[in-house]
Amino acid sequence: MKHRTFFWFFLPTGLAMLLFIAAPIVSVVIQSVTAQHEPVLITVETCTPFSCTEETTIDQEATRELREARPLGRFVGLDIYLDRGHLAVAEVAEAWRTSDSIGAFFSELGDLPFYRAIGFTLTYTFTVTPLLIILGMAIALAVNTLTQKLKGVVIFFSLLPMIVTPLVGSLIMFWMIDNRGVLGNFLSWLVNDPDLSVKASTPLMWIALIVYGVWHSAPFAFVVFYAGLQTLPEDQIEASQIDGATRWQQVRYIVVPHLMPLVTFVALIQLMDNFRVFEPIVGFNASAHATSLSWIIFNDMGGETRQLSAAAATSVLTILGVAILLSPVLVRTWRDFKGKM
Amino acid sequence: MASSALRAPLSLRVLTKGFIIFWLILAAFPFIWTLWGSFKVELDFFSIADWTNALTGANTERTHGSPFTGAGYEGAWVQEEFWRSVINTFIVCFFVVCTSLTIGTLGGYALSRSGYRYTFWLLITALIFRAMPPITLVSGYLLPFFEWNVWGILPTTIIVLVAINQPFTLWMLHSFFQNIPKELDESAKVDGCTQFQAFRLVIVPVMWPGVITTGLFSFLLAYNDFAVTSMLLSESNRTMVPEIAAFLGTTQTEGNVMFAVAAVVSATAPLFVLVMFFQRQIVSGLTAGAVKG
Repeated sequence: MKHRTFFWFFLPTGLAMLLFIAAPIVSVVIQSVTAQHEPVLITVETCTPFSCTEETTIDQEATRELREARPLGRFVGLDIYLDRGHLAVAEVAEAWRTSDSIGAFFSELGDLPFYRAIGFTLTYTFTVTPLLIILGMAIALAVNTLTQKLKGVVIFFSLLPMIVTPLVGSLIMFWMIDNRGVLGNFLSWLVNDPDLSVKASTPLMWIALIVYGVWHSAPFAFVVFYAGLQTLPEDQIEASQIDGATRWQQVRYIVVPHLMPLVTFVALIQLMDNFRVFEPIVGFNASAHATSLSWIIFNDMGGETRQLSAAAATSVLTILGVAILLSPVLVRTWRDFKGKM
Repeated sequence: MASSALRAPLSLRVLTKGFIIFWLILAAFPFIWTLWGSFKVELDFFSIADWTNALTGANTERTHGSPFTGAGYEGAWVQEEFWRSVINTFIVCFFVVCTSLTIGTLGGYALSRSGYRYTFWLLITALIFRAMPPITLVSGYLLPFFEWNVWGILPTTIIVLVAINQPFTLWMLHSFFQNIPKELDESAKVDGCTQFQAFRLVIVPVMWPGVITTGLFSFLLAYNDFAVTSMLLSESNRTMVPEIAAFLGTTQTEGNVMFAVAAVVSATAPLFVLVMFFQRQIVSGLTAGAVKG
C-alpha cells in the first residue's frame, strides 16, 4: 500500500488517538508540574494618630486576572511529586530515621496515602493473577471432559462474571457479604460470631476484594486455556500413555507445557489489568481499608475541590508503574515481530 | 477424547463433576440471588433475623401482601428516573460502536495491507495506549474540557470512549484482516479499482464476522465504563453505571437500597441477553490471541 493511501486510511483513527490519548498524557505531565497561582496579596498600611497597623488582604481582581492570563498556573517543578500526598520524601526519611525496626518503618509508610495505595495495588495484582490462572486452568481441564452439549451451558454461565460491569459485579458481591446479606450471615455462623463484619475489618476486606478479583477474571483465563486445550497434541498424549504415564503426569508434562505460552499471555494481560484495580473499591465502599492508585486519582478529581495537579501527579506515577509491567509484553511483541521479518 | 482407554476412573470423574458444579454455583449464584432478592423489600434482602426470609419474603408479604414486589423497580425507574440513564447509555453505546468500527476498520485494514516498518511501530504505540488506565487520561481531559466548555455532554464522552477504544479495535481488526487473503483486493486493483474501491467492493462484503466480534467488545467497553463516564458527564446526562454509583450515595441514607438493587439487575439484563446470543463470538474474540497482547 502506498504511503499516501495508508495515510488517508489511517488518519481518522490516528487523529482520535493523538488527540484523546497522546495529548492528554502530555497534558497530565504538564499539570503535574504546575499548581494554581497563589492569591495575590496586598498589604495596606493604615495609620491612626497613635499607631500604624498593617493589613493584608487578597487582591481579588489581580488574582483573577493572573489566573485568566495564565490558566495553567505556575511552575512548581517536582514539588507535587514530593509532597505528603505522593512520594512524601520528607516523611519517609523521617520515618526511616525514627523507627527502630523494619516493621515499624513499614507501618509508618502505611499511613502515607500513596504508599498505602501502592501496598494494596501490588498485593492485589500479585495475588489475584496467579490465583485466577490456577482457577482458570482447573475449570478448563474440568470442562474439557464434559460432553459437547453441557459445554455450551457451562461456558455461558462461566462468561457471566467476566462480562458483567465491574462496578455492578462488585456491588452484587458486596451486598452478599454485608453482615445482613446471605454470605455475611453464613460467615458469622461459620465462625460463630454474630458481630462479624467484613466491612469493618481490613484483612477481611482485602480478602473479599481479592476473591472478587479472581471471580471476575478467572473466566478470561478459562476461555483462553480451553481454546488451547482444543489443539492438544493427541499423539503425544497417546505416546505418554503407552509409556505408562499416569493421568497427573500427562497433565504435568504434556498439557501444562503445551499451554505455557497462553499462561504467559494471560499473566501479562492480567498483571496490567489488575494493576488498575478501581471499581471494586468503589463498589465495596472499601476506601477506609484499601485504596489503589486509580482510586486516589478518582478521589482527587471528584468532589467540590478538583485537585487536578495532585491527580495528575498520581496519574504520571501510575503510568510509570504500567510502563514497568508492560515492558515484558513489549519485548515479547518485538521478538515476535523480528521472528516474522 | 472419546477413546475408551482414556476413560477416567470413577473418583476422578466425581471430583471433576463436583468441581464444575462448585464453579457454576460460584459463577451464577450471585446473579440468581440478586435477581430473586430484587423483588423483595430491604428487610428481606438484608435480613439479620433469619436469612431464609430472603427466600420466602416474609416481610415482603407483610408489607405488600405478596412475596414478590416490584417496589424497588418502580422506585428506581419511576421515582429516580433511571430510564433517563438507560436512554443515555444506549445513545452512548450506539454511537461509540458505530464510530469506532468505522474508523477502526479503515485503520485496521490499512495496517494489515501495508508492509512498511511504521505499521509495527503504530501497533506498538496502540498497545502502549491500550495499557493506559483510562482514569489517568481523564485527569488530562478535565482542564481543557472545562476551558472549552464541552464538559458534561454526551458527544464529548462518546468521542473520548471511541478514542480509548481504538487501540483495542485496531489490534483486533488488524489480526482479522490479516486472515483475509491479500490476493482478493490485489486482484481487484489489477482490474482497475483504487485501494478504497477494492476495500469497499471486495473486503467490506466479507469482513462482517470480524467486525461484529470487535463491535461486541467495543460495546462492552462503553457499557461497562465507570471511570470516564462518571468524571465526564454532568448529573443530568449520566449513563447507567455512574447513576448506580450515585444511587449508593443518596439512597443508603434514605433506606432505599432496593432501588440500587433493582437498578443493578436492570443493568445486568442486557448483558445476559448479549452473552446468550453472541457467546460464540465472545469466546472467539477472547481467544484471538493477538487481540489483547
